[in-house]
Amino acid sequence: MNGNTFESSMRSRYFKQRLFFGAVRLSALVITLALLGILAYILANGFRAISWEFLTQPPTDSMTKGGIMPAIVGTLYLTVGAILVALPLGVVSAIFLTEYAKQGALSRIIRIGVNCLAGVPSVVFGLFGLGFFVVFLKFGSSILAGALTLGILILPTIIGAAEEALKAVPQTFREASLALGVSKWDTIFRIVLPSALPGILTGAILGVGRAAGETAPIMFTAAAFFTAVLPKSIFDEVMALPYHIYVLATAGTHIEETRPLQYGTVLVLIALVLGIDLIAIIMRSMMRRNKRW
Amino acid sequence: MVTVEKDFIIRTKNVDFFYSAFRALSDITMDFEKNRVTALIGPSGCGKSTLLRLLNRMNDLIDGTRVEGEILFEGRNIYASDVDPVEIRQRIGMVFQKPNPFPKSIYNNITYAPKLAGIRNTGEIEALVEESLKQAVLWDEVKDILTKSAMTLSGGQQQRLCIARALAMKPDVILMDEPTSALDPISTAKIEELIDTLKKRYTIIIVTHNMQQAARISEYTGFFYLGKMIEFNATEKIFTNPDVKQTEDYITGRFG
Repeated sequence: MNGNTFESSMRSRYFKQRLFFGAVRLSALVITLALLGILAYILANGFRAISWEFLTQPPTDSMTKGGIMPAIVGTLYLTVGAILVALPLGVVSAIFLTEYAKQGALSRIIRIGVNCLAGVPSVVFGLFGLGFFVVFLKFGSSILAGALTLGILILPTIIGAAEEALKAVPQTFREASLALGVSKWDTIFRIVLPSALPGILTGAILGVGRAAGETAPIMFTAAAFFTAVLPKSIFDEVMALPYHIYVLATAGTHIEETRPLQYGTVLVLIALVLGIDLIAIIMRSMMRRNKRW
Repeated sequence: MVTVEKDFIIRTKNVDFFYSAFRALSDITMDFEKNRVTALIGPSGCGKSTLLRLLNRMNDLIDGTRVEGEILFEGRNIYASDVDPVEIRQRIGMVFQKPNPFPKSIYNNITYAPKLAGIRNTGEIEALVEESLKQAVLWDEVKDILTKSAMTLSGGQQQRLCIARALAMKPDVILMDEPTSALDPISTAKIEELIDTLKKRYTIIIVTHNMQQAARISEYTGFFYLGKMIEFNATEKIFTNPDVKQTEDYITGRFG
């Protein structure tokens, strides 16, 4: 081959490579900038509203003053409740799909069902929750109804993550355990599940973020427009941060007046979700440190 | 001449095995003598590992497989409908090709299965750990680091840990599926020495790609080709004066 053509073809390949890497870097940059931009914007607009009173007091003066404490508490209850519903159900479903179900028609139908569930608009979950939990099961508009609705909403996320995590556990671990005369259930419970836990936790983190931020599913099932008192049982209504934001920004009579409160509430919601994520990420990395293979 | 009655711990009778429609084993009839090392040799895909995994029902894990014929363990057909594979695997242990310790401490790797099998007494458990590791000639190397993760051990140590782990269940038979193929020569030599001492207490059936290994460590050797057992004889005979020409061709490296 002619030396020059080789050189020029190398040069053009090198150029293409640089172009491609450049594009990759650019997209990463755009995403990061978008995220930072949103955070900076909310922080700039919201931090003035944040005060001790804002975090610890209920709203006053037709919600134009005071704090958002009942909404913070309500969102925490709803989120924790949703995880308590979805995590066990999702993990058990994933165990069934990966460890027990034969890879055939049945498991394919279930997977399609789970994927469809993930694609259902959240307002539909809200209406379902209203019809089934609030009205039919007579839970009323309550933490219970809201947590169940949110739980179903995040179920596909958790099943998907748990399935991936279970599949990522090396088959050799299962073989090693079964070959020692350990039952299938013990093998799953003692070897497979602990190894998959960091991955399952990732799913739970994503679920938490989603559950804490959703408005439509809780509008009809759990969220109160305004209540100064904290819930006494799971059958009480609660205020919730996303719905409170919606109310302040669209449904009040003092929309302009409450702008700072709206940004403040958004900031608290974001901080709450990121805080929960952070705790889960730390837990996950601590677990991963003990599990290298 | 007086014929000595031999004690066969596992016997297979006319075993056929299918992966879906593919017939992986045809008409395998073999008797495995107690407290002896039996080697299964043959080229890749000849069915030797498949046969090994049939002996403790590990092939149950694969969907769409079918066994015909009988595999008798101490006279009982292990594929009979009233047999629990979990119980079979407690009596017939297995060591795999790649060392596969659990991501747990060395100590917990050993105690995992015995605890689940119901041994709760701490003294008993500790004695079991020491005994198993000593039998696997690993005790001196790990006795001070029992709480460290098994993943920090070298490949050869991990494999001996896997052997110790199998021994802790006090099985009667240990199946080994190319246990040294992922190891360096020194680790391999250690495992081979180990097998030689273990056969006093256990029956060992080992699949190996390495014909010298089969010749060094086994009393009996079965040669497999294309899912059939071509010849099963005393190792010495197989390697010096085989009955079947195919065996000789394989041993001498004419194919395989």
